Formats: sequence, structure tokens, C-alpha cells
Amino acid sequence: MTERYAMYIDASKCMGCRGCQVACKQWNDLQGFVPGVRETKNTGSYENPLSLDPQTWTRIKFSEYDNPDRFQWLFLKEGCMHCTDAACVDVCPTGALKHGPYGIVTFERDLCNGCGYCSQFCPFGIPKLEIINSVTGEAKSSKCVFCQDRTVNGLTPACVKTCPAAALEWGPRDAMVAKAELRVSELKAKLGFPEARVYGKTELGGLGRIYVLTAPASEYGLPENPRYPALGTVWQKILQPVGQIAFGAVIVGALGAFFVARRNVVMEEVE
Amino acid sequence: MTNHWVDLKNSDAILIAGSNAAENHPASMTWINKARDERGAKLIVVDPRFTRSAAKADIYLPLRSGTDIAFWGGLMKYVIDNNLYHEEYVVHFTNAATLINADFEDTEDGDLGLFSGFMDDDGDGYGSYDRKTWSYQTDADGNALRDETLQDPNCVFQLLKKHYQRYDLDMVAGVMGCSKAKLEEVYAAYAATGQPDKTGTIMYAMGQTQHTVGSQNVRCMAMVQLLLGNIGRPGGGVNALRGESNVQGSTDFALLAHLIPGYMAVPRAGDHPNLQAYIDVETPKTSYWSNKPKFLVSLLKAWWGEHATAENDFAYDYLPKVESAGNHYWISLFEAMHAGTIKGAWLLGQNPAVGGPNARFEKEALEQLDWIVIQEIFQTETVGFWREPGKDPLKIKTEMFVLPAADAMEKEGSIDTSGRLIQWRPKVAEAVGEALPDHDIIYLIGRKLKEMYEQDPGPYADPIKHLAWEYGGGPVHPVIGEMVDIEKVAVEVNGVAVEDVLDADGNVLAKKGDMLKTFGHLQADGKTACGNWIYVGYYYPMSDGEGNTLPASKRRGQKDPGGLGIYPYYAYSWPLNRRIIYNRASADSKGNPWPGGRELIWWDGAKWTGYDVPDFVVTKGPDQPGFNDPFIMQRDGKGGLFAAMVEGPFPTHYEPVESPTTNAFYPERNINPCVKVWRTKEGEDVGNTYGDPAKFPIVATTYRVVEHWQAGGMSRWLEWLVEAQPEMFVEMSEQLAAEKGIKAGDRLKVTSARGAIEAVAIVTKRFQPFTVNGKTVHQVGMPWHFGWGGGGPDEALGKGDTANHLTPHVGDANTTIPEYKAFLVNVEKA
Repeated sequence: MTERYAMYIDASKCMGCRGCQVACKQWNDLQGFVPGVRETKNTGSYENPLSLDPQTWTRIKFSEYDNPDRFQWLFLKEGCMHCTDAACVDVCPTGALKHGPYGIVTFERDLCNGCGYCSQFCPFGIPKLEIINSVTGEAKSSKCVFCQDRTVNGLTPACVKTCPAAALEWGPRDAMVAKAELRVSELKAKLGFPEARVYGKTELGGLGRIYVLTAPASEYGLPENPRYPALGTVWQKILQPVGQIAFGAVIVGALGAFFVARRNVVMEEVE
Repeated sequence: MTNHWVDLKNSDAILIAGSNAAENHPASMTWINKARDERGAKLIVVDPRFTRSAAKADIYLPLRSGTDIAFWGGLMKYVIDNNLYHEEYVVHFTNAATLINADFEDTEDGDLGLFSGFMDDDGDGYGSYDRKTWSYQTDADGNALRDETLQDPNCVFQLLKKHYQRYDLDMVAGVMGCSKAKLEEVYAAYAATGQPDKTGTIMYAMGQTQHTVGSQNVRCMAMVQLLLGNIGRPGGGVNALRGESNVQGSTDFALLAHLIPGYMAVPRAGDHPNLQAYIDVETPKTSYWSNKPKFLVSLLKAWWGEHATAENDFAYDYLPKVESAGNHYWISLFEAMHAGTIKGAWLLGQNPAVGGPNARFEKEALEQLDWIVIQEIFQTETVGFWREPGKDPLKIKTEMFVLPAADAMEKEGSIDTSGRLIQWRPKVAEAVGEALPDHDIIYLIGRKLKEMYEQDPGPYADPIKHLAWEYGGGPVHPVIGEMVDIEKVAVEVNGVAVEDVLDADGNVLAKKGDMLKTFGHLQADGKTACGNWIYVGYYYPMSDGEGNTLPASKRRGQKDPGGLGIYPYYAYSWPLNRRIIYNRASADSKGNPWPGGRELIWWDGAKWTGYDVPDFVVTKGPDQPGFNDPFIMQRDGKGGLFAAMVEGPFPTHYEPVESPTTNAFYPERNINPCVKVWRTKEGEDVGNTYGDPAKFPIVATTYRVVEHWQAGGMSRWLEWLVEAQPEMFVEMSEQLAAEKGIKAGDRLKVTSARGAIEAVAIVTKRFQPFTVNGKTVHQVGMPWHFGWGGGGPDEALGKGDTANHLTPHVGDANTTIPEYKAFLVNVEKA
């Protein structure tokens, strides 16, 4: 499980059926439409829910690309990108988010303190905070973990298993990248998609999702050039270490003060 | 389907017309993608809007709902004019060369828009045809006269050419409302499959059938495929995408008004007063149907067992007889319910309150019933029809009996897929509460009826008392006792030898008590009993190719000799495990496979052999009559380019009953002249009223979405599906939205002459306005899955207004399938 794995996602084969969206909820015991609790409405699109949320770890985004040469109806499977340079891992103060087996960005819910930094710093806006106690404000983060309980046991993520279009695959990352590049060249040469491209090969050190797109990333609602957050760099490289030192210094200082003060007191009493 | 799902991978061109495979049969994309990835096949989608299937297609062509015959007729003209038809196939395997009665008149002759023989006794413009002049010219022995040069002006080929002579690109594009260039691109791409080494497949569904010309739409597809030489060949065929996992099974078993199991005619009081009359009228002298008496007598023997004997005509007189099947189709039944003629209804697994045409009228019909028994899994809108908001339960006298039913996973049995593949499936879950499988419910009711008729016979108890109804011996239920042993049903359907079955030389073909292996062993003298002749063999023990022998439909053998996706050891397809029917046509007129590398069966000098079971007499060689007659169910063995249907032997473009325009081909004949147009309570709030295009100028269609299932019973109660697709919506073009000041997400009112509903607006580029005969015509579309919820604590999670409040109570002239797919509406902000 030390080999890096990735999810191949071929948007040219995807039919937007939402099988992946539902399989994820079924496997991970997540909620759908619950009257009075979680209700979706049609806002003029097939897209629902309108964003990832604590009960929705993957979903399909719909967009229409009005290219005069070829109109396209685009379907994008959205979810945690499992970045190599994962800002969420770097800013997480408790270590709840880590790189785990197969390079999956894993999430240990028990360790999560609900600070929300992961949510703030993710270039894709993926992790979503769930308030689990409205009185105390206790919260937990949530996101796709590539079905860690399935994948470490040699199975594929639930979405990959269910996809009827065979648009998804789970395998060694190099092989998934090679597969994507082959598909893109096919799309360009034989299938009339001159704007086809791979997304995820090098972004943020390389993503754990390798997309085959038939249109520019921005048409799918993906950032063309996702960058590691500058503030995150400051946080990770400067403030956190300083904070840790400062925190440590405070402890040392407090302890030192205690012992010093205590010695003074005793000496006075004796006399 | 004439072919099957896996076979799609063998195609060179896949034409999706009147269906949306990516949406509603997503698993089929596996095979379509294989054809594209491995053979370079082209995917073409023809649809009023850019669907999920269109999103995956190489070519997309929009068409105005209800103009399919214009599209197909234009394709046929294009194929003929450009000599793209598969000549050897057409000459030898179809009736193109057959000469038609010289008195036959086409819609292009004489009375424009009508064929010869039209009878309209009451002068209201609608009627039927006397088909006398539609006959073949024959010699003294009754054999059809043929001209294989295809030149004789009375030969079918020339008549076909004349019938579609005005379906040129301009005319067709004008009627459909599409671009001429795109139309030609589609024609050229698909017509390329007329080459002998190429095949193309047509995938269709309700978009073709749910019209007043639905049957003729399907005829068109058959004709196109015959002209291009695509029937009976891998990657070809006329392929219906059935709408439920076992609806093919339901039609096999005649859950249809006009049939009895195995696609035989329902007995009619006038034509079939006794067994001999039925046999005489219904049995042709030629074709495999000449064996019909064996199928019928075996069926009667299965139903009445020891009480069906030669002495009583095998209990034929026990069969109820209709005056006309037309009185018993869906629309007719609801008209009869509405009129109070029908007193009670037993509804099994259906939700007419949501799925029925002119649903407000149909709900009013339900209110007239004295009683309804409904077998259902969920508390649907039909279960709760009496408590719909706006209805006063105190005024509705209907007594409701709700029988909770087990769902598909909670019972054992077989299903038959679109590809005629019969798969036996085990039970994998327990039903909740008191729910029972349908077969147990029906068995219990039958058993109780027999008891009651024993005690209180009444005027004619024998048909019930004498029913062979011994299906018990299954699991013991704590309350109802012994349940059905489903294997007994399976064996009966498969067919058994009641006595030893012998061949002409006295050899035993099947021993008394044994199951039958082939319908070739069925007898007309009572020695065999069989619940459905096309299913013979499906429960017979057969090899799975891997060393196991088990009932054929339970097999899951993985071997695929020939690599064409036949998988002969996987389950069982009817008839006789043939996977591609009419497969004689996969070889040329000498018996050699057509070129192109998809050899299926061939004549090896002594017999027909290959990778599929030959749909042909295995020993029939080139020196025998009928060697070139692959269409064994037709009297002349030829594919019917010319074939009689209610409204004519050739499909003709007529507009839908509600249309925004006149028929450009025949302005005096706007709609199908043989359609029954119901006018019950015309003009009233709830009734059969038809919309004036001045008031309702927008064409509307209804369809399904992948997230929901039919009338919503199986999906609107599930939180993950409802979350993904929570509300009723209507899709429209940006241009129409701009005209009406509508934005995406607005709540709209959609009205027709029959009702008004609310829906959320989806404004999209995937609908574009049509230019029809010079005018701009807008079209909208909506899903028909939604209903008000059913009421009560267990009502649906997903609720919305019902599209079928808008649809008309009118249907196809042959089958009366409702015209759900093309009608008129108006839209405005709510």
C-alpha cells in the first residue's frame, strides 16, 4: 500500500447518471433528502445537491459548453482531489488529515477539532464542516477518503464499482495517467474533441484524481491553474512552527516560573 | 429486440432514435462504448432535445416530436435514390420483388393521403381499411408473383419508391424542423451500413411507440433495416429498449388485451366460437405459425390439465372471448370505468394516477369503481387516490383493498430482458411485514375462488373449478400456510410430456412426465402441456459449458465461441436459445456468411452451423424450397417492406392528434385516419378535450430521467434519488424563456386542454426552436415521474405535479398506446 494509487475519471464516458453519488452515500451511510432536515430544491438544473456537504462526498456538476463547433453537455464528478501537495494536511493542527495508504488523504474523525482550516485552505473548496453540536459549536470535517475501508482491503472505491459507463478506474497512479493520456490522444485524433486534455497530472504536485476532459477545465467549473494557497504556505512554514515554539516556550516559561516561585515561597516559610 | 444487448458491440453505426439509452439503460453504454472503441462505430442520436445520450454521441439531430415517419421515410428515399440498399439481401430476403394487386392505390395516387379501401361509414373523417386491394398477385397455386429485377411498376420496391417520392431533404427538414445539412449527415452516416460488410443497429423505445402513429414508426425501422440488410446479423436488428426489467416477460405472457401467451390472438366471440374455428382462422398454411394448433392445445392442457381432453375440445369453451380486443386496451378500459360499465379493478404494481394519459380523467374513472384491489409496495398516488387534495373522500364510494406486495429481490423467479434473455433469479431478501410475492397472492386468490365455486357454483363454474391449480408445496407461511413452489410453475411454463411423445417412426422424443426440450415436440392432440410455447427449454436441464447441468435459465456459463457476445451457455433466450433471430439472413443467398468478419451461421454443405442456434430448418439446403426465406414467421418467408397494418401497408406521415401545424404532405389528412379519437366530456374541466394551437402553441413531450423510475413508486420514496432530482421540472429553450420572461428556477404554470400543472423551469441550450414549414415552433419537455405523494404517514419523499394531467386520452390506431410523446401546451410564470 505504499504505491501511489489514483482514480481515473473519464468525463467523455461519464453520462452524469449519479450512480457514483448514490453509491458513495450507500457505502458511507450518508443522508439524502430528509424532510425538515436536508431538503434539496430544483434551482433550474439537474445538479443536486448544489455543493459538496457533510453528507455528500461526491457529486456530479452539470454545465453546458456552447462551443460553436460542437455543443457539449459536460458532467464532472467532484470530490476530494487527494493532492500530493495537500494544503489541508499541512494546515491541520491535529493530524486528523494525513497522507495514508496508496497516497489517499485520509481523515480520522476522532482527531478532528472542527477548526475549519482544511475547508479554508483547500484550493478546490472540498472539505465541508459539519456542526455536530449547535450549543458547543463542536464540528467535524468531511470529505471523500477513496473508500479507505474498501481500498485497503483490495477493493475499489464504491463509485468505481458502480459506474455503468466504465468511466472510472482505480489503479496505480502512473498507469492511470498513461491511460488518461492515451484516451485524450484518441479523443483528439478520432473523436472530434480538439480541446481534450488531462487534468491532475502535475497540478499541486499531482492529484489523486486523473481527469480526462473534453473541454477547458474552467468549462467544468474547475480552476485552470489550482495553486497551493499562499496563506497556507505562511501558515505551514512560518506561523505553525513559530506557534509550536511559542506554545512550547509558554509551557517552559510557566513551569519555570512555578518552580522558581515555589522555591521562594518555601524559603520564606522556613525562615 | 431481434438482437440483444451484448450484440451492440458488433455494430458499425448505432442509431438511437426515440430512446435515451445513456439515461434509461445506462448499462447498455458498456456495449455501445465497445463498438466505438474497438470498431470505430459511430453513435447517432435523433431526439427533440440534446439528451444524456446525445452528450455521448458523434452526431446529434434534433427533430420535432411526432415527425419520425418523415425522418424514416426520408432515409428510405435517400437510401433508394443513392443506391445504398443491400441489393442481394433486398432481392432475396424481402418482399421487394413481390407484385401487389394492380388495384392497389397508394397515398400518392387518387385520394391523397389515403390508401385504396378506406371506409368511413359515419363520414366523420375516421375509419378503417378494407385490405382486399393490398394483396399479393399470385399464380394458380397461390404462390406470390415476383420480379427480381425490381422494375415492375407493381412490385413492392417500385411502390415503396413512389410512396416516399416526396420525402426529400427539404420537405423532411421542413416537417421535422431541423437543418437540412445535419439531416443529410445523419442519413449518409447510417446509410453506409447498407454495404454488405457493414451492419447498423437501431435502438428505440417510447419515443417511437407512444404516438398515434407509433406502430408505423416501428414499421419504418424494420423497413430501413431490411433495405440496409441489417436484420438477422450481428450488430444489426430492430432493438426495443424495454422500459422495465421484465416487461418483455409480461408481453411474452400476454399481459396485453389482444393476446394469449406466446403471441397468439385472444379468442374473439365472432371469429372463434369454437376450437376448430380458432384453428381455421388463426393458423396460416405456411411459416412456423402453421404449428399454432400445437401451441394452443398445449396451453389449454396446461391450464385445465385432466379436464382438457379431445372430447371437450381441450376446454377451449372455458376461455373467455372478447368482442373486440380494442375494447380492452388501457384507454378503452378507463373509458369503460368512467362510464360505469366496469365495476371493479385489480391493479397489480401500477400507478395510473401518475402514469395514465389524461390522468385527471383516469382518476375520475377510478372514483366510479365499486371496488379496487391494489397490489403495491408503496403508498402511491393510486393507493391514496381517494384522499388527493381537492377530492372529498366522503363522496367517493370505492372500496379499497390494499395487498402489500414483495419486491423483485424478495421473490424467486425469472425475468426476460429486452434481448429475450430469460434469467432465473433467486430470492435474496425477506419481504417486510405482511408483503407477499405476486405469485403467492394470485395463487391464494385462485385457490379461494375454486373453493367458493365448489360450494356455490352459479351458472358456469367449470372454468374455475377445473383449473389445474396445483402449485403448492412451497415454504410454509405462519399465517397463510403452504405457499407456491415456484418450480412447479416453471416446469409447467417450460412444457411437459403428458404422455410419451413419439416421432413418425415411433421413436420416443419425450417420455411421459419429462420436461420438453424444444417446442418442436409440442403436439396438438393433448399429449403435451405447455404454459408458453416460446419458453420451451428455459427450465430444461442444460450444460453451462463448464461441467454443470442445470435449468437453462439458471446457467451463467462464460464461454463465448466466436467472440460475438452470444454467450450460449448464459441463461436462455427464446426461441430455443437463439440469440439473434432471423439469423438465416446473416448468410447470403448461397449460404455463405456476408463479408465483414462477423460470421454467425452458415451452410456447411450438409447443415446450417455456426455460433448461434440457426433460426431455420437446420437441414434445409440450397436445393430446397425456402432456402432464401429467413423470415420464418411470415407466410412468404420474406421480410415485409410492404405489410398490412391498420392504417396502411406503408407508413405515412401524419401529424400528432394535437399538432401546431398541418400535414405538409397531405394537408387534407392531418392525422392518422384510423385513430379512435375519444371525446368523452369534451369541453369540460375534466374530459377528452383537444387543444387549439392558437391557445396552446407549444409542442410538449414527456420522458424519463435516470434518477427516477416510471410513475415514481420505486424511486420517490428513496432519499438519495429524491435528493438528486427532487422536483417536477419543465425544460425549454433559452429563446422560449426569453419570450416569456422566464429565468432558470422560476416556478411555471404549464397548461393543456386537459389540465394545468406547476413545474420548475430548466432553461437550456439543449432545446432549440424548430423552424417547421417556415414557422418557429417551440418545444418543451418534462419528466412524468412525479405525483402529489399519496398522502398519509408513508407518502412519497419526492412530490410534484403530474405531467400526465396534460396528456391526451388517445392512442395508436393498432395498439392504442397513448400519445404521451407529442401534444400541445402553453407555459407562463406561475
